[in-house]
Parts: sequence; structure tokens; C-alpha cells
Amino acid sequence: MSRDASSSSDASLHIDWTLCDGRGLCTELLPELLTRDEWGYPLAAAGSDVTVPRELVGPAKQAVGLCPRAALRLRASAGA
Amino acid sequence: MTLTQPITTSIAGPTGVSRLFAAGASDFRSHRAVFGPMPGAVDEGHLLAELEASGLAGRGGAAFPTWRKLVAVRDASFGGTRAGGTGPGSRGFGTGTGRRSSATRGGPVVIANGAEGEPLSRKDETLLAGAPHLVIDGLLLAATSVRASDVVLYAPTRSLEYVTRAIAERTDAERIRLVTAPETFLSGEASAVVSAVGGGRAIPRDRIVRLSESGLGGAPTLVQNVETLAHLALLARFGATWFRSRGTDEDPGTRLVSVSGDVPSPRVYEVAAGMPLLDPLVSAGARPPGIGAVLVGGYHGAWVPGTAVATSLSPSGLRPFGAAPGAGILMVLGPHRCGLDASAEIVKYLAGQSAKQCGPCANGLPRLADVLRRLARRDRAEWLPAEIKRLARVVAGRGSCHHPDGTARLVLSTLTVFADDVQAHLQGRCEVRR
Repeated sequence: MSRDASSSSDASLHIDWTLCDGRGLCTELLPELLTRDEWGYPLAAAGSDVTVPRELVGPAKQAVGLCPRAALRLRASAGA
Repeated sequence: MTLTQPITTSIAGPTGVSRLFAAGASDFRSHRAVFGPMPGAVDEGHLLAELEASGLAGRGGAAFPTWRKLVAVRDASFGGTRAGGTGPGSRGFGTGTGRRSSATRGGPVVIANGAEGEPLSRKDETLLAGAPHLVIDGLLLAATSVRASDVVLYAPTRSLEYVTRAIAERTDAERIRLVTAPETFLSGEASAVVSAVGGGRAIPRDRIVRLSESGLGGAPTLVQNVETLAHLALLARFGATWFRSRGTDEDPGTRLVSVSGDVPSPRVYEVAAGMPLLDPLVSAGARPPGIGAVLVGGYHGAWVPGTAVATSLSPSGLRPFGAAPGAGILMVLGPHRCGLDASAEIVKYLAGQSAKQCGPCANGLPRLADVLRRLARRDRAEWLPAEIKRLARVVAGRGSCHHPDGTARLVLSTLTVFADDVQAHLQGRCEVRR
């Protein structure tokens, strides 16, 4: 997913599962992209790298900053 | 790429399918007599060109093109020098796993990986016992070609004994550090290898930068399966054309396969890539009526039904089954054994082998094991197959390593290949065990 750079402003949100504790803050800030699985962990359409459309980069940055486990990273979508 | 050094060797490459064990004995003299000396002062560009032309892909499971990994490590190393000030530890993302052991100043690291982890795999131990000098040659050649400052061989205790004996027989291998791998399923995963070599636990790490860019202590790190290195040692001597004289265009060369399960003589065979899946099974004494199904690729692999064993042991031949040659693991399930029982046992084992670092894997795999066990025990609950599929999809891709993905692959393959058994079990019957 992260390689799918349709817009130059798209970004990719990486979840470090070794840090994530399922606190759920990111799912509240990014309900368009993330739900929770039955154990509370963030659930995206697929995998560990979530494509973030331009209009959601703001809330995504917030999620990165507020994650109590520092388990999120926002990267340029091209992956380079 | 420079092609300044034509291969000059007075010894021809092995002509048969038995290449890796052609020396016939594990000692250095036999090795030298059959294969000739290790090419000295190898031109790194030449070796990389031959590697690229050979099409050699990694034999540890992921089948990544070997030359591309070497080039990535070499480029990361030179790039790091150019950029200046990006020594080990200063790279971001916290992906540097473990401490550097010695005064290696961020030069590349090359690690020969002999940790199979997988209980059904014997090939790497067999190779280190039977042809340790080929692995050592390959490791030293790879280290030279990327100008490594740290050279490591990582393997379980027993395999290291063979290697220790081999190193003592020669004078050029003292720089190789030996690191003991624990006997756990995930010990051979590349980031777990780097972690263990750095003195940490042999468990996977989250990675957003490839190990070839930032691995041990932040240094560019090449982790290569020992069989891959042994092929590299032969390639460096006899060239890409020789290498491609066996196997197929798509999957050139030979590969080691570990045949196990319900066969009269389980063992490791060297086979030409692309041959029928059935051939090594027949070598192990199995005959088609005695083959209910074959688990290809090990516990993270997929089932091929016994009716389809004529398919080739190649990426394209196995793709319809969601399988791949991988690390060459073939487990035969006899017709007297229930595929759902066998898979439930495997998934229970895999759930226990989770490093339990990642929530979806730590929670999802035990749950998956539980519902699959209920299906195997003929629990008449109609919802079980759908729940198994749902859980497999929930865990897949949601971990820092491929453990949940591989487990999901096995589970989904089980439901497909043993679909008739699933229906029978839901009615309280078993097609196999009555």
C-alpha cells in the first residue's frame, strides 16, 4: 500500500506492532482510516502501512504525536 | 560492472545434480581436490555480474535475488561514507538492533544464517555438516565483495561444531565470528538474526528501513542463508552459465529439500529446481497412493493435494496452490492422516512460537489455533470455517515479521485443500479417521 503514491502529498502511516498497545487514540483521530479489532488494536484496510490521503495528513500527524506508545510514524508515500 | 577477470580454473564444475555435496566428504582436502581453491582477489564487480547473470535467489525462504542484496549493502556502505557523519547509531528510526561487538567503524556486516528454526527443515544443518567449506568460501567471498568489516556465522550449537572444525582446517577463516542461534521457530528471521548477533534476544524487530541499509548497530548488513552462500562459492568458481545448466530459466540451479513426514526415509536431497514435486518424494520412498497431501514450504507454507504432485517444484508450478519452493521443506501427509488434525497441531505450535510482541499475532494466533482445533475435533459448529477465515484475514500483514502472514497462509490453504474434510467434520464424521 505504501508504494501506491497516487498524490505527491499522500503519506503512509506505519504501525510498529512491537510498540502498539491498542490504546486506541489513533482510531479516534483517524476514524476514516482505522477501526479497532476485537482486542483493541488499530485495524486498517490492509497491513501495517496505511495510505493517508492528503486531507488526513493533519490528523495523522496528530496521531503520531499523541500516541502514548510512540508506535506510529508518518512517511512519504513513495517509500523512498 | 567490470568484467576484467574471466574465470580461470583448471577444475570443471560438478556435472550432475549433486553439486553442494560433490566433494563427498566434509574435510578441507576433499573440498579443495574437487572444487579447487577459492578464487583469490576476486573482482567484486565480476562476482556481482556473475551473480546477477546466474539468477541465484535466496534459499532461506524469501527467494530474494542474491545479487540485489549484495549491491544494496555495497551501495549503502559507500553512500554512508559519502554522506559523512552518518556513522553507526546516528541513523534514525531506531532500527539499529543490538550493539556492535568490536571496533568495527560502521563498515558492512555479513552474516551467514544457518538457523533453520523450522522443525521440518534439516538442510542447513546437513549442509554445514557435509560441506562446511563451501559455506565458509561463500561467506568470505560475499564479505570481500562488500568490503565487510564484520563477518559472522550464526547457527545452532550442533551446526557450529561442524563449522569450528572446518575453520580450524584452514588459515583464511579466522575473522569469522561464530554466534549461537537458539532453537526457536523465529530465530532465523533476518531481523531476529541481527538482534541475536548484536547480543539481544533472537526475536524480530520492527523495520521500516531494510537491513541492507541499517542493520547491526546501524551498519549495512547482509544476512544470507548458508545454502545461498554455498551456491555463491560454486558460482564464483564455475560461473553463471555453469550454474544455469541445471534448473529452469525461472528458477535456475539446484536446491536442497528436506523431505519429512509419512515417508520411509526422510532426508535432505539436492534437486534441480523445477523438477516435479513428486521426484524427491519418490527418492524418500513415497509412492503416489501413499501421498495424501504435501506441505510445501514448511509451517508457513501451503498444502498441495496428493493428486497434484506432478506439478513442478518451482514458483510457477506451486503458485496455484499459494505455495513456493521457499526453504525447500516438503512434508508428506499419508492418506491415513487427517489434514485438519495435522494443521491444527501445526497452528497450535505456531501460536506458541509467536514472540508475543505484536498484539494481533499474540492474541489472534491462539484464537486461530483454538477454532481450528475445534474443527479438527469435529465440533459441529457451522460457523467455524467462516470464523477461521475471518481470523486469518485479521492477523495477516499485522505484525512486524511475517509470522502472522505465514500462519494465515497455512490456515487458508488447509480450508481449501481439505474442503471435503471440513464438510465431513462439520457433520461429525472424518474422511480419514473413522
